[in-house]
Amino acid sequence: MSETTKNVVEVKNLCKYFPIKAGLFGRVVGHVHAVENVSFAIKRGTTMGLVGESGCGKTTIGKTILNLTQKTSGEVIFNEDTQLDKLSHKEMQAFRPKIQIIFQDPYSSLSPRLPVGEIIGEAVREHGLVPEDELDAYVTRIMKACGLHEYQKDRYPHEFSGGQRQRICIARAIALNPDFIVCDEPVSALDVSIQAQIINLLEDLQKEFNLTYLFISHDLSVVQHISDTIGVMYLGNMVEFADKEEIFANPLHPYTQALFSAIPVPDPTVKMNRIILEGNIPSPSNPPSGCKFHTRCRNCKGVCKEKAPRTMEVKEGHFVACHIYDPESGYENE
Amino acid sequence: MKKDKKKSVGYISARESRKISKENIKITRAFEKKRERKNVPESEYLTTMKNPENVVEFDNLHTYFFTDIGTVKAVDGVSFDVPIGKTVGIVGESGCGKSVTSMSLMQLVQRPTGQTVKGEMRLNLGDKAYDVAQMPLEAMQKIRGNVISMIFQEPMTSLNPVFRIGFQLDEVISLHNPEMTPEDVKARSIEAIKMVGIADAEGVYNRYPHELSGGMRQRIVIAMALVCNPRLIIADEPTTALDVTIQAQILELLRNLKSQINASIMLITHDLGVIAEMADYVVVMYAGRVVEKGLAHEVFLDPRHPYTIGLMESKPVINKTVDRLYSIPGAVPNPINMPNYCYFRDRCEKCVERCNGAYPHEMHITDTHIVSCWRYFDEDKGGAQDE
Repeated sequence: MSETTKNVVEVKNLCKYFPIKAGLFGRVVGHVHAVENVSFAIKRGTTMGLVGESGCGKTTIGKTILNLTQKTSGEVIFNEDTQLDKLSHKEMQAFRPKIQIIFQDPYSSLSPRLPVGEIIGEAVREHGLVPEDELDAYVTRIMKACGLHEYQKDRYPHEFSGGQRQRICIARAIALNPDFIVCDEPVSALDVSIQAQIINLLEDLQKEFNLTYLFISHDLSVVQHISDTIGVMYLGNMVEFADKEEIFANPLHPYTQALFSAIPVPDPTVKMNRIILEGNIPSPSNPPSGCKFHTRCRNCKGVCKEKAPRTMEVKEGHFVACHIYDPESGYENE
Repeated sequence: MKKDKKKSVGYISARESRKISKENIKITRAFEKKRERKNVPESEYLTTMKNPENVVEFDNLHTYFFTDIGTVKAVDGVSFDVPIGKTVGIVGESGCGKSVTSMSLMQLVQRPTGQTVKGEMRLNLGDKAYDVAQMPLEAMQKIRGNVISMIFQEPMTSLNPVFRIGFQLDEVISLHNPEMTPEDVKARSIEAIKMVGIADAEGVYNRYPHELSGGMRQRIVIAMALVCNPRLIIADEPTTALDVTIQAQILELLRNLKSQINASIMLITHDLGVIAEMADYVVVMYAGRVVEKGLAHEVFLDPRHPYTIGLMESKPVINKTVDRLYSIPGAVPNPINMPNYCYFRDRCEKCVERCNGAYPHEMHITDTHIVSCWRYFDEDKGGAQDE
């Protein structure tokens, strides 16, 4: 029973800055603050959704967690004891199968020169997960679980449609029997009816293999459908984090409220109370002072421009970073 | 060997391909000749609107692509109307022909492979009406950008990166109004930039596209579509490349502008939410055909075609929890070998016996709500419903 409540991933104060280089010698002139002070945890067998506009650092979080890009500071802890950056090269290789990623674009994330059976089986053989003589049967089983047919094993990726390719990507990730999968916008490039097929497949596989997902998407309705907890990002910060039911019933941060109200609802009788955000996202290389959202916030007061808000736990499991909900910020007094 | 050949449907030998391309050249050359004629009398493409309240009437439009592996019927008998001052939303999955329909109206289909082979597109100019399908290139140039204008999907690629915003806007105006002085043209451009909600119009006028954000660029593209006071604006996925909050801004802008300029909008998108919010009429397309059309509330609250129903159920909706999303089984049929029965039959879970017969004609649910599905065939009325 304790297995189910354990955290598969725990992220503490994760930061990732990208240097901006200029001049002949590549002098560092500044940093893009892609991810700043992000903390969250994902329990085994659950899905965490990460939403936000483009450029807010969602993908960077996914990549930094998997150590595909080096983090600047902070901690990422797997299975409550493993930290990737502390592992040796050999230990890292042994750990890799446990963490997998599904990319957004199924057209560019599959090698055009390998047949599908090889794409799925290559890593399995490399890690020696199944004996060589059982590999073929194993690949067939994985393909069937992902809705692919055995005769497609010898085909090449260009012979498949977008939805089928995404199935191949999923099969490739599942084949290594991972604990944790980062799904980086897996359905954004697909049509609505194909989207539904892939989402259902991801849910089925989660039940079957007890998988844990970090589901990154800008499509709120998809995230709402698949996630158990949701984190909302803005310009590198996590502004709100809560259970799905809680955050949709009771969005607290002004940005979350605006984001949720901006989703078009396919029902012409619904008249939306839309909160239209003015302006654009500020540049992450030169973020605004104080609360990063204050340039577009309708509840902005003096304190918001000066002091960055702390992350408060307003309700059990509901975190929000906004001065409005912080009694010590002095927001109320202004 | 023989077995292999049978399995690989869609693959053809080089010899077959050569034969097809030879025939294609013959067909497309005839179309090209007709289009490139000079000094065509106006009477040849003059026509009358069926209903003067409409700005555009698509009537049984067929646009084919003559490719080397066969003819792709991208638009295969599409009919619908765009009334004056209304927004018509066209929805469907990628490859269903929604963009090709609008491109046919602009005569922007990739030539010479793509050709409008049959049907009429009647364009209402107020005092007269033209049939766009018959118009030669020469006459079309006066219509394009002037009477019909277009907002493209990618604001990044639809602006020229080497020219200033102002130059690109001025070009549109001076091309269609050669009598205007440069000062008037500039004033008009700046007015258009202000109209789309950009405060610093003078500043933006002198900037290059790369200096603007995605949302700003899309505003400029919209301004460019507005400068000649068009009667119809075609918006081809205007918000797909934008973020949700920017999308909300652009949709709000389009709604406000529509009430100011009295133009009709043809909104093409795959997002049902955007359609529900913007459109007065909805046209649902599947595999090059219109499967359902009607008023927005008719189609959304009472969808009849199994494809429309499936499309709506497969999209997760905020604040509506389902355990499992409905997914339409199978995939769109190969556009080169379309079946002769209903195109949706192989994916449909609600087939009736009649579905094995010919492609269903249009059946009226109400006066405005029309569905192409045999499930709504009424024996008594029979063929009388067919228009």
